[in-house]
Amino acid sequence: MSRTLSEKIIARAAGRESVRPGEIVTCKVDLAMMHDLSGPQRQGPRLDAIGVDVWDPERVVIIKDHFVTESDADSLRIQEITRECVHEKGIRRFHDNDGICHVVLPEAGYLRPGMFLVGGDSHSPTAGAFGCFMIGIGATDLAGVLATGEIWVRVPQTIKVDVTQALRPGVAAKDVILSLCHRIGINGANYQVVEFTGSAVRAMAVDERMVLTNMSAELGAKTAMIAPDDKCLAWLRGAGVDAADGNTWQSDADAVYAESLEIDAFELSPQVAGPHSPENALPVDAHAGTPVDQAYLGACTGAKLDDLRMAAEIVKGLKVAKGTRFYVAPSSYKIRNQASAEGILEVLESAGATLLPTGCGACIGLGPARLGAAEVGISSTSRNFRGRMGHPDSRTYLGSAYTVAASAVIGAISDPRELLA
Amino acid sequence: MSGARHAPGRAWVYGDGIDTDLMAPSAYLNKPQDEVSQHCMEAVDPQFARAVGPGDVFVAGENLGIGSSREQAPYNLLTLGIRCVLAKSYGRIFYRNALNIGLPALVCGSTDKINKGDALEVDPVEGRVKNLTTGETLECDPLPSHLVAMIEDGGLIPHLKKKLAKQRGV
Repeated sequence: MSRTLSEKIIARAAGRESVRPGEIVTCKVDLAMMHDLSGPQRQGPRLDAIGVDVWDPERVVIIKDHFVTESDADSLRIQEITRECVHEKGIRRFHDNDGICHVVLPEAGYLRPGMFLVGGDSHSPTAGAFGCFMIGIGATDLAGVLATGEIWVRVPQTIKVDVTQALRPGVAAKDVILSLCHRIGINGANYQVVEFTGSAVRAMAVDERMVLTNMSAELGAKTAMIAPDDKCLAWLRGAGVDAADGNTWQSDADAVYAESLEIDAFELSPQVAGPHSPENALPVDAHAGTPVDQAYLGACTGAKLDDLRMAAEIVKGLKVAKGTRFYVAPSSYKIRNQASAEGILEVLESAGATLLPTGCGACIGLGPARLGAAEVGISSTSRNFRGRMGHPDSRTYLGSAYTVAASAVIGAISDPRELLA
Repeated sequence: MSGARHAPGRAWVYGDGIDTDLMAPSAYLNKPQDEVSQHCMEAVDPQFARAVGPGDVFVAGENLGIGSSREQAPYNLLTLGIRCVLAKSYGRIFYRNALNIGLPALVCGSTDKINKGDALEVDPVEGRVKNLTTGETLECDPLPSHLVAMIEDGGLIPHLKKKLAKQRGV
């Protein structure tokens, strides 16, 4: 057949035998996800303008995660509109402060391999870690999907990224994707799909695989894929999804790729991206010693259970450096509860971390962890664009949970391997 | 606009990697649209929102609109009067968002030849930019053929409205 995984899913959603890269096809959407910022407040007026209702409320998921604890009049209004819409449209799949959309979506059991989904958020490729084809779209595109249940796509080419060997201790999926951002550039996979393969990817826990697919958005990719395997299916079973045949969704052995890249995981060291782009990633040595006012562990990218475990491993028995703030905002309440049960939250708080509510938070400049003018932060999130995490003159570095935690206790950007030894 | 050539507008020229946080800073996203647009580009050009006028053209280099899916990025430009966007390449969601709201976004490989304040006459359907200041004509990739009707209708919402009304009428 010689088809990639994403070409197979697109063909299925388009009701076609097969599709070729470059073709424009119309796909039926299995599920549309939106949050409070991209959702009802923007969708309501657009649907009214078209003069139609939601095509299928059972295929819509709304996850409120951007405005969680904000209590100013404008944020409260958005929260109200969101809840009113859910009630009025009869949308049963609504999550009010359960966590960040890209993490709650699989946790709640909405994903199964082979699905075609759209999300009103740019990090929607995260679902590719479960063998789903999910693209991020804007508010008007989303309104079009809500009105018709369909969306046009140009069938993308696929870039294969083979992560060979095995990661060494203190090195994580975040370091893989940051090194790739540096290697191919911030829009280096524009309109293409990135498919991650290789022994290091197979060895990764699902949480870690989600970091690769999540940050493919920073490569400009249309989405990212990781073919389902037993580990993925076991994770889904834990979320109540029986997808026993899920691993039939694979790229063919003779699938045609636009490009094939190899990353030797064993050679990789912790990476840190300097301001103001993820593509500024370099081995941690390049930035080591840079004092940080704040270390932030959060967002859909960098505060899942495995991230919290990595941070706890680093800070156990140590204290956050004087003059540095360490904030931890778990990606979902389920994760927060699991971390609590494992004693991880206690380790982090004993070290001096401040626990923040679950939500997008400082990653989009909301909440108490906003950086002030001239402040420097290191963050496990995905984007360090100018002004994103606070004042336009603040500076954000990106790193793994290991690196963020190590930098918190040293008070400066640090190689986590020195604390693991 | 029925594919007609736009009246000349002034060029606002920026470089590579203008991201969605610059065009629509997240700190203001909960505010009403008119207020959000006042902060467009302020981190790199505090004058922009105040000085840009109706019919002006936004010009950038590589990777315009990388980052978030927030539609406020192109919507701020449209609200402030920008009539057309030219860049060497785009973040894919920004590109779709711009076209969906009826703001033509053209791929133009030679935006380096445009200076701030140049008078530009753009034909988005033909993909042609006439620089009235320098006398040069710049070629752009024409709009994808399946999107021309949508752009001519003024964006996805009016386009769908028309299409669905037609279906109901049949």
